[in-house]
Formats: sequence, structure tokens, C-alpha cells
Amino acid sequence: MTPILEVAGLRKHFTVVKGFPRPVKTVVRAVDGVDFSVGEGEAFGMVGESGCGKSTAARAVLRLIEPDTGEIHFAGEDVRAARGASLTALRRRMQIVFQDPYSSLNPRRTIGRTLTEPLAVHGIARGTRARSQATALLDEVGLPESALDRYPHEFSGGQRQRIGIARALALKPQLIVADEPVSALDVSVQAQVLLLLKELQKHRGLAYVFVSHDLSVIRWFCARVAVMYLGRIVEQGPVARVFSSPRHPYTRMLRDASPIPDPSKRGVLPRVLGEIPSAAAPPPGCHFHPRCPRATEVCRTTYPGWEESAGHGSACHHPHAT
Amino acid sequence: MIRRLLQNPTTLIGAILCVIVVFGAILAPWIAPHDPLEQNIIDRLQPPGGDYPLGTDDYGRDVLSRILWGARISLIVAVASTAVAIVVGGAIGMVSGYIGGRFDLFIMQVMDVLLSFPSLILGLIIVALLGPEMINLVAAIALTAVAPFARIARAPVLSLKERAFVEAGRALGFSHVRVLFVHILPNIVSEILVMGSLWMATAVRTEASLSFIGLGVKPPTATWGGMMRDGFETILDAPWLSIFPGLAILALVLGLNMVGDGLRDVTDPKLAGT
Repeated sequence: MTPILEVAGLRKHFTVVKGFPRPVKTVVRAVDGVDFSVGEGEAFGMVGESGCGKSTAARAVLRLIEPDTGEIHFAGEDVRAARGASLTALRRRMQIVFQDPYSSLNPRRTIGRTLTEPLAVHGIARGTRARSQATALLDEVGLPESALDRYPHEFSGGQRQRIGIARALALKPQLIVADEPVSALDVSVQAQVLLLLKELQKHRGLAYVFVSHDLSVIRWFCARVAVMYLGRIVEQGPVARVFSSPRHPYTRMLRDASPIPDPSKRGVLPRVLGEIPSAAAPPPGCHFHPRCPRATEVCRTTYPGWEESAGHGSACHHPHAT
Repeated sequence: MIRRLLQNPTTLIGAILCVIVVFGAILAPWIAPHDPLEQNIIDRLQPPGGDYPLGTDDYGRDVLSRILWGARISLIVAVASTAVAIVVGGAIGMVSGYIGGRFDLFIMQVMDVLLSFPSLILGLIIVALLGPEMINLVAAIALTAVAPFARIARAPVLSLKERAFVEAGRALGFSHVRVLFVHILPNIVSEILVMGSLWMATAVRTEASLSFIGLGVKPPTATWGGMMRDGFETILDAPWLSIFPGLAILALVLGLNMVGDGLRDVTDPKLAGT
């Protein structure tokens, strides 16, 4: 599998200065050294509680948020070094689908204009040719041509999400960053949108960085997954193995907290201890130790190193045996 | 939208008042009974009635004709200064809000300083410095309105720039200029226009005030403020000289305010349907 996207040592800290007359400077380590790679046509999942930095990491890949340090290579090209025209060219090949279908479309523009505008800006097509391409895009996401002359408020959330996907497809990208693409939708609509994304993956050979907090969605959609906690990846590997035999106690806790549809299999759920700490003041040592049932002295002082075997790695002093 | 606008009786009255003034100004050369500058010493200080529907002034000039011609000055100054203020102030506010950070902070502090001057004083200073020409009058009144328009334009930009469709535009490779003026601008136009119609009323008032203290368009050109000033000296003997131009100012300002209020109600989604 050749990687299309390679990310190494990605870091993004936000500085917040608050207070008067003595301002207090807080550094929020939203993303604190993240490495991963996505293969061509592969769906790569990023999962974690809210505030763990998964969305920031995904946006930093597209440089919608400028990362502080780290290397991002897309199909061999250095994304962070790209400027001007080369950045525009790279953006054609990487697109994003947003969580909120209500704010992701400009309320004052018809769907037709939303879909044809990127074609015109990149000099791909104008006028009737652009319009027929837009029709084809709508058809691909399962919407009728009549949608072209209508405004976003005339559509339901699921339909808008389809339009958002069509817009992302307009420039024929190779990678789509999907930032919680179904979290805002009804469960029945979620399945349809996920099926659509899966179909596009097959037909267009799309790779995905799929950000979600929903384990069942990740399990169904992705081939590999990274579990994030407070700005760092704590476990990464093939979805089946990560969720069937998690090594990191945090992954185990996440898995056990997600509901099982079969009541007879429902055991006594382990209590989830505590809240996710603030990324502005992460605990010393392993970030997870205050909530971890297996924590020992060493976890309180040193951050565990990354250990990997057969593509399944974790950062834990006391991993569960696999 | 226009039909909904005119369903409100207040707005309808305001619109009628504005339309009367606008038609009076446009048709002044044809409907004015006399030349506004023609002096007729024999007929000076005639009370309303007969040959002079609203009387004559100290030099025997017809008050009605002067009011009709004066409407032109009021409207031109109000429209031009508001247009300049919308373009300049709107652009400053949008760019400032979009860029944000220290730049935004600095620009808004400058606007606050500008805002802290009473508009009449600011206009007075500029006209006194540059001389009482119509273009200076427009510049002076526009300058007093730049800061409020910058504020009005900036606020919605602050929230709009966080919306996902702006981020999507960036991801699609759109330039900042395109995102700001093609995508964000249409979303704030209605708010700015509402403010514009309300501000035009203020501009009419400021122009009249400046004319009243002798800093408006130079005599003998007919201006409403200038006519009130002239009539002020003989207000006990010939009150119509001040009353009629005053009523004209009142009608236009009231009309513009009523239309502005109506526009605001129609465009505010929170009030829609109430």
C-alpha cells in the first residue's frame, strides 16, 4: 500500500491570553506531536472524545489551520512548503466535508452556483459545461437536477450533506477529510450518507481521513484507526484489531462505553472515571493516568514510548496483552 | 419583499412622504411656480396664498419654489454622503473583522475615536477647514458616518467568517478577496441597507443643521437649513419662512426613519412573520 498522505510530528498549540491588568498566557496543546499515514483509497479513522484534537489535526493537514511544526506530505509533495499556486493545486486534490450541513453552505447562493464556482475558479469549466458537470455531481450523490436552482434552506440536513459532498467532489480530489460528516444527522440518514461515501470510495478510489467520535461508524467505515487522547495518538492500527483487542486502556474504556445493541450480551459496564483533562494543563507523565485503572508510579512521571508490532501500535506502559 | 414592506401602514406612510419629496426634487424645474432665485422686492414677505402658495421671503423669493429646489440639495447630500459612508465604512469594517486580531483591534479603536466626536462638531470642523462647498459637505457628513457603518459591517463578518462555508471556500482554493466580497458580502447587505436608510435621515438633519449655521451650500442656493436660518430673523412677523422648510425637513426625516424601521422589520429573520 503506497501512502498518499504522510504526517509526522504534527503540532498545533493555541495561545490564549486572558485577563487584565495581568494577562495570563495559557497554551492549549490541541495537537501535540501526531504521526499517521493514509494509503491510496484507504479510509483512515480518527477517534476520540471531544477536545482531543482530532478535528484540529485533520484541518491542519489541509492547512485550514496552520500547523506549528511537523511534516505533511501529500503524494510526495510537501504540503507545508506549498505557497500560492502550488497550494491551490494541492487543495484541488484534498477536500473537506463538514459536520454541520446547515453552516457549510452559503445561504445566499443557489446549489448550482455553489457547485460551479470551484470549477470556474480553477479554470476547469464555465457556463453550460460547468452546469452539466454540476448536474453530474448531483446525480452522483443522489440528488435531482432540479436542485441546481434552489437554495440551501429548501433542503433537509441529509440532502445538504450530500450537496456538501458534491462540492468536495467537484475538483476530483484524491483525499477527503471528513470531519464528523454524519454526527449532525438522524440515524436513518447517517446510514445513507455513509453508504454514499463508501460508494464514492469504491468508484473514485478516494482516500478518507474520517474524524468521528462514534466507534460504530468508524468500525464500519474505516480500515485503520488512530485513537487520540489530549492531542496525541495513543493507539493506532487496523480497525478490527484495535477494537477487538485494544492494547491501550483508554481504547478499551472507549469501546466498553459504546452501547451494544444486543441486550443479552450487555454486561455490567465498567465505570468511566473522570472527565477528559484540559489540554491547557495535561497531567504529567502519561496523560491518561488519572483515569487509568492500570496506572502505576511510572505512568505519573514519564510519557510512554510508542510500541508497535504488525501495524498495531500503542503508547502505554502497561498495555493489555493481545 | 416590497409588498410585505408596504403592508405595514407606518412604512407605507414613510414611503409616501419620501416619494413626495423625491418627486418634488426631480420635477422642481417644471412644477415650481417661480424661479427660486428670482427676487421680487415688491412682493417681499407676502403671507401664503394667492400667487405665492407658501408666501415669499425677505427678498420676495417664492418659498414653495425654494423648498422644491432645496429638496435637491438635501437629497443629493444625503444620498451621496450615505453612499460614500457605506462603501468606505463597510469596506473598513468587513476587512477589519475578517482579518481580526491586533489589526482589528487597532482599526476599531480608531473608529471609536471617530465615533466619540459629535457628528455636528466633526462636520463643522471639516467644512470650516475646507470651505462650504457641496463636495466638502458630502465628505464631512460621510466621515461622521464611516465609523457606525464600519461597526455595523464588522459584527456579522465576525460570526460569518467562522461558518463552515467560508472554510469550505478556502479549502476549494478561493482567495480571501473572493471569500470576503463574493461569499460574505451578500450575507450582510440587508443589514447595511437598513442602516443606510436610517442614516440618510441623520444626514438630512446634519446637512440642514450645517446650513442653518451658515456652513452649508452657499447662498443664494436654496437649502432647507439656510431658509430656516433666513426666516429666523423675521420669525415673529413672517413665521411661514421658517415653518415650511422646517416641515419639509420633518417630513423627509420622518419618512426615511419610517422606511428604515420597516426595512429592518422585514429583513430581520427574528421578526419575520410577526
